[in-house]
Amino acid sequence: MAAAKAPPDVLVRPVEPADLDQIIALDAAITGLAKPDYWYELFHRYGSRGRQQRFFLVAEAGGSVVGYVIGDIRDWEFGQPPCGWVFGIGVPPQARLGGIATRLLDAICAGFRRAGVIKVRTLLDRDNNLLLSFFRSQGMMAAPFIPLELDLA
Amino acid sequence: MKLQKATELALYSILEFAANPDAQVSAAQIAEKYGVSSHHLAKVLRDLGRAGLVESTRGVGGGYRFTGNAKRLTLLDVIDKFETLGADPRAFEASTPVERALARVSSEIDEIARSTFRSITLSTMLKLVEREQRPAAQAPGSRVEQPLAS
Repeated sequence: MAAAKAPPDVLVRPVEPADLDQIIALDAAITGLAKPDYWYELFHRYGSRGRQQRFFLVAEAGGSVVGYVIGDIRDWEFGQPPCGWVFGIGVPPQARLGGIATRLLDAICAGFRRAGVIKVRTLLDRDNNLLLSFFRSQGMMAAPFIPLELDLA
Repeated sequence: MKLQKATELALYSILEFAANPDAQVSAAQIAEKYGVSSHHLAKVLRDLGRAGLVESTRGVGGGYRFTGNAKRLTLLDVIDKFETLGADPRAFEASTPVERALARVSSEIDEIARSTFRSITLSTMLKLVEREQRPAAQAPGSRVEQPLAS
């Protein structure tokens, strides 16, 4: 299956401060929860240009943000060699199936490769079938890890 | 995780059909390729037809054609038509702490299996098949696999 292509006027670029309000609104529309503090903190840690190990990219079309992806390179967690981690990606429902998420993932993977890593990973809720299917369609397979959790309450 | 024979046949068949959505693929082709009985396969294909996933044409040059949406239809959608994953009746009968604890671990595994099958569409699966065919064709001395629906 060839992935749907993003319209040619979609530009993938590093996030800018002016994008934040749109990203917060986009995330709130997708998740049902507005988290401005979280996004401002992420912007502070990941948003500055020139970072070598942290990536926060947006897709822009017609002057609006139509998607974002965020991730970083994690070194030697539990002895694992450095790898890229994607921990957020979002495209508004009305802009989906146009290949925008594919463009965003390709762009962040290119950044990981430039930084010298050859593996990208992600972790998400097993009921999040939309994103699971997307990552699967990009060729991602189950990683040799088992996520664990413990109730602390 | 071992799927029932009928479920496996359904998945083989639907992937063959989905790989060539414009072609008619005969039951005999599939039966021969996977070394299964035509009788058993016929029943599976009837079930796929009843589920609206394939349509059949009789006569010379007839066969089956995929009528679903390969970008939407998942492996679990097909599996669910033939068996219920993770329905171990013993889980409901567990009365001791050991049985309940074991049932809980088994249920974890079942949930992961369901999520995995649910996250893979036929389109994604066809890409995986393509990937599997590449090294087989390139490795010197390796067995060349038959491509889908050939």
